[in-house]
Amino acid sequence: MMKYMLLRHREIPNLNQIDVFLKEDGFEGFKKALKMDTNAVTDEVKAAGLRGRGGAGFPTGVKWSFMDKNNWPHYVVANADESEPGTFKDREIMESNPFQFLEGVAIASYAVGANVAYIYLRGEFWEVAHFLDEKIDEMEKAGFLGENIQGTDYSLKIYTHLGAGAYICGEETALLESIEGKRGQPRVRPPFPPSQGLYNKPTVVNNVETLSSVPYIIANGADRYREFGGTEKSPGTKIFSLSGRVKNPGNYELPLGSTFRELIFGEEYGGGIIDDKKIKAIMPAGASSSLIVADDKALDTPLTYEDVREVGGDLGSASVIVIDETVEMDWLITKTLSFFAHESCGKCTPCREGTYWMKAISERIHAGEATKADLELLHDVAKQVQGKTLCALGEFSTMAVVTSIERFPEDFEAKVYE
Amino acid sequence: MSLAEKYPQEVEKILAKYPPEHKKSAVMPLLYLAMREEGYITKADKADIAKLLDMTTTEVSSIVGFYTLFHDEKAGKYRLQVCTDIGCALRGAEQYLAELSDELGIKPGETTPDGLVTLEEVKCLAACDKAPMFQVQSGEGIQYHEKMTVGATLELIETLRKEAK
Ligand SMILES: Cc1cc2nc3c(=O)[nH]c(=O)nc-3n(C[C@H](O)[C@H](O)[C@H](O)COP(=O)(O)O)c2cc1C
Ligand code: SF4
Ligand code: FES
Repeated sequence: MMKYMLLRHREIPNLNQIDVFLKEDGFEGFKKALKMDTNAVTDEVKAAGLRGRGGAGFPTGVKWSFMDKNNWPHYVVANADESEPGTFKDREIMESNPFQFLEGVAIASYAVGANVAYIYLRGEFWEVAHFLDEKIDEMEKAGFLGENIQGTDYSLKIYTHLGAGAYICGEETALLESIEGKRGQPRVRPPFPPSQGLYNKPTVVNNVETLSSVPYIIANGADRYREFGGTEKSPGTKIFSLSGRVKNPGNYELPLGSTFRELIFGEEYGGGIIDDKKIKAIMPAGASSSLIVADDKALDTPLTYEDVREVGGDLGSASVIVIDETVEMDWLITKTLSFFAHESCGKCTPCREGTYWMKAISERIHAGEATKADLELLHDVAKQVQGKTLCALGEFSTMAVVTSIERFPEDFEAKVYE
Repeated sequence: MSLAEKYPQEVEKILAKYPPEHKKSAVMPLLYLAMREEGYITKADKADIAKLLDMTTTEVSSIVGFYTLFHDEKAGKYRLQVCTDIGCALRGAEQYLAELSDELGIKPGETTPDGLVTLEEVKCLAACDKAPMFQVQSGEGIQYHEKMTVGATLELIETLRKEAK
């Protein structure tokens, strides 16, 4: 039984070499897709129940089917911005299993009738982008990209595009603005990218891991994909980027439905907490997370999009940051707020001003220079930002603030005076 | 000399990535190209790129201002950018930066007297499991250095110093 669907390079050495990839059934999914009707490809992805791995968990096949067929050309854009603190999975895929990802881009492009696809990488992935450029050339030479692919009348070009240091460009409409040569600021939605995306043309934006899951689905069928792992509503495997106060941080591919306990304490995975300290909280989705109280109920929660919500969090991009008893929440939120204040694109006032004020108050609390009223003010400001911002970043900036004050009040009360 | 004169093939290759009616898309790759030699973008570069892409110089400047990896001021030849964001901070990055800063005798934001290294503090670089870590940005690109110690960092700086001579 295969253990990995995404991190296959961990079992197969040199999988990032095209001859090795070909020997390991590489491009079988794409070859099969090219013989299928485009709608049938989309239907297979729908049937597999694949959900977007970039954070929102939106059903991938459904998104593809939204592409406006009365407006051409169509584009596919791979989101390789990967800037959420705690997330480092897409980089491993692109470095070590690049052809599976590129095959996914190709299948998606074929399914929605795109002849050009862009891969948007955060600027810091400078070396990864150059590496992918080489891999794209190799794929073209092997007849899997370019004109008349595999003797069909289908043509496809894939290009990389480097960002330049802005977390907000991971938000799909900001990303599209950025490719268009503008400042990366989110657009008002609707319209959504499948109706008007890049250059105002219908565009599918998918995360690297989402696209990398597609070749298996097409090559083996939706049923086999569901058998590989996961639950009815959250099928398949997922890469968990595990970091923070664990013994063995790193990427771990597990079936959706595994538990936090397996991931964090399993010998093969996190291996438990540094110095065997006590676990205190879990941030399941990077800096944007709610802080989940790490009690037995939470630890035994299945890692699915639905179940994590039950314990007051979101699976998001599954960037699990582990917090132990040595960490104080008032410090933690100075970190998350410093991130969001830095990354707010400034387009809407509640986010621009809110992140600035929250950061300032949190720093005063952490320094022991704030009163109880300041703490209430911080909670208040966070609540007021919620629901009032143009994109989700504003909302993200409040999650750790609100949940840490509500769920770990003692950490804050110890710091403020009357 | 304009970018198109200096790097004709590369400019052509960059422009070919985007539909001709949307050549503005080439602004970011061209800005990287402009930084190659000196590590920062000059006024002349901005005007040059604006002309090439039918943009205004103000538009190009606003792009430079928005993205943190574009620089229009001279700094050290190498920008050593240490991540102290949440994941790395939970694994000792702040202490690492403080020690490194002591050893180099410069604070984050400052440059070594010989103009070789500017020390900077940055947000998450997608390597949170390999803290302490930093990237080195120069005109030629960006390289990651992971699971670092202060000692190994000082050695790397020595190597860069020799190469720069
Ligand atoms: C502030 C912000 C940052 C985001 N960053 C990323 C990112 O780095 N990578 C990513 O794939 N999605 C990111 N997203 C989600 C994208 O907007 C989009 O939902 C995703 O790329 C869709 O792909 P998927 O359906 O395959 O998940 C971000 C969203 C927001 C609001
Ligand atoms: S919520 Fe923040 S990041 Fe999003 S558009 Fe508004 S200011 Fe920009
Ligand atoms: S927090 Fe430092 S690389 Fe992610």
